[in-house]
Amino acid sequence: MPITYTSGDQVEVYRFNWPITLGVPATALFLQAWLPHQFPAFAMLDLPLLVTIFFAISRRNPISGLLTGGAIGVFQDALTGLPIGLNGIAKTLVGYAASSLGVKIDVENAGARLLVTLVFCVTHKVVYFMVARGMVNLTMNWSWPHELWSALINAVVGVFMFYALDRFKQRT
Amino acid sequence: MESVLGRYKNLIVLACVLVAQVLGLAVQVKRTTDTESSRLIRIWAVNMVTPFEKVLHWMHTGTGNIWHNYFYLRGVRAENRDLKAEIERLRLEQVRLHEDAAQAHRLQALLAFKEQFISQTLPAQVIGSGGSEQSRILYIDKGQKDGLKPDMAVITVDGIVGKVLKTFGSTSQVLLIDDQSSGVGAILDKSRLQGIVRGTPAGEVVLEHIMTDNAVQPGEEVRTSGGDRIFPKGLPIGTVTKVGTGQDLFLNIRVRPAANLSKLEEVLIVTKLVEQEPTQLETGPVRAADILAERLPSVPDKPPADASKLKEGAANEAANPVAPAPGKPSGASAPPHAEVAPNPRSGSIVPISPKNTAAAPGALKPATSHGPAPAPVNVAEPLQTAAPMPNPSSPPPTTEPPTQNGPQ
Repeated sequence: MPITYTSGDQVEVYRFNWPITLGVPATALFLQAWLPHQFPAFAMLDLPLLVTIFFAISRRNPISGLLTGGAIGVFQDALTGLPIGLNGIAKTLVGYAASSLGVKIDVENAGARLLVTLVFCVTHKVVYFMVARGMVNLTMNWSWPHELWSALINAVVGVFMFYALDRFKQRT
Repeated sequence: MESVLGRYKNLIVLACVLVAQVLGLAVQVKRTTDTESSRLIRIWAVNMVTPFEKVLHWMHTGTGNIWHNYFYLRGVRAENRDLKAEIERLRLEQVRLHEDAAQAHRLQALLAFKEQFISQTLPAQVIGSGGSEQSRILYIDKGQKDGLKPDMAVITVDGIVGKVLKTFGSTSQVLLIDDQSSGVGAILDKSRLQGIVRGTPAGEVVLEHIMTDNAVQPGEEVRTSGGDRIFPKGLPIGTVTKVGTGQDLFLNIRVRPAANLSKLEEVLIVTKLVEQEPTQLETGPVRAADILAERLPSVPDKPPADASKLKEGAANEAANPVAPAPGKPSGASAPPHAEVAPNPRSGSIVPISPKNTAAAPGALKPATSHGPAPAPVNVAEPLQTAAPMPNPSSPPPTTEPPTQNGPQ
């Protein structure tokens, strides 16, 4: 699987215009709320997380990544009946980690994207689980097969989604 | 110092953002209600998403309606024939249930039951979900503007769905019964055991607080007990699918919800409940022996001194259209729908019924130890249709005004 380790000078940093910066997360939040009602199986997907990862690894700026992840997570929490901050904390950490990783390695090819997204989906679930159990005392069942299967599906969808979103990238 | 800040700038920002969110989380966990800040974020998020959901839902239903109402009409004739047969069958069943319900309400009145009945409902369309496996909520297209408030019951014709959790301008959040934070007072239909129906993290519905020494069979229906003060008593919750031994001497009972929670399109919000107390209470305690005495033929006392006046009164009564016909509710002012309410429960909110007339103070009260004997009743006529006779020792009979809120 070709994951290229590069120096900070070698990787390309992208930026996005404001309509994309706001519109893509908003669309992901909307679809996340709308699709599971039409197709319950879509509740397994976490489109806001995929958008967080995509922006983080494209911008390669940890502060930008964590702020984007935090904002998306907070708004995602606001649509649920749970306390605000569960997804916020988890996506903040994922945004920071993904952008930090994006600085180190080249994640432009499909294999690398699949692997990175898979890892971050599991990381997100672990952080969410810990915060939900530790801070909110939320009862949650942890099932490795379910979480891995869910992460794999998210990663596969993420690969296609990243390619669709690549066209909105702008070189700095 | 500046170099340290510059070197660890990313980590410092990360720590600040995390600390802020952890503090916010701690505040929300401590307080039971939403703080202003979190409420504001929820309003922003909901207002950002729900307008698009409403538009998409409108387009989806519009397209579906055009297809199903104008193009795809195959099998409609056969379906219509089947439905007519079903209506005939249900009519017969309705007659029987109506009698059962009337009898049940009479007994409830004797036992001084106080029950809640659905008086007013508001239909709403489901437009979206919370989008999370951990939080099972729905969004509906009705909100504060339509008079919705938190903790209102949300139901379908099949069974209960959940309750209104939060209300916004024109949207509301509905917490489903399979969410782990929900709880519904429940009663098993046959064994009459009471428990609490809860959701699990996996999205299943379980009935808790039933001891292991009780026998619960799969297939038994679970209904609302009314103990939660949100759902009226007797609404279907679901059916027991699996019974196992749980923790702490309690059974682990899984319930399949009566309403299909994953495919909800339209729901009803119970916006008004009527808490009705039987009118027989006004007459004081009534014993079963009293009721039997009412129904048994008795030897009439001496005829009234002024028999001609009584005859006159009877003639007037026959000419009076307000007087009840045999077998019909006595109140002519009662709304027509109340007489033939299809739901057995709705019979209880018929404002003026034969039993109520019979229970009016001084009317048809037999000679008991509680008071003097009333005037004799002509046993040739059905007891319920007899006109109330004045009792000198009791206040004049009162007729309650009809309830305006009929069943929906």
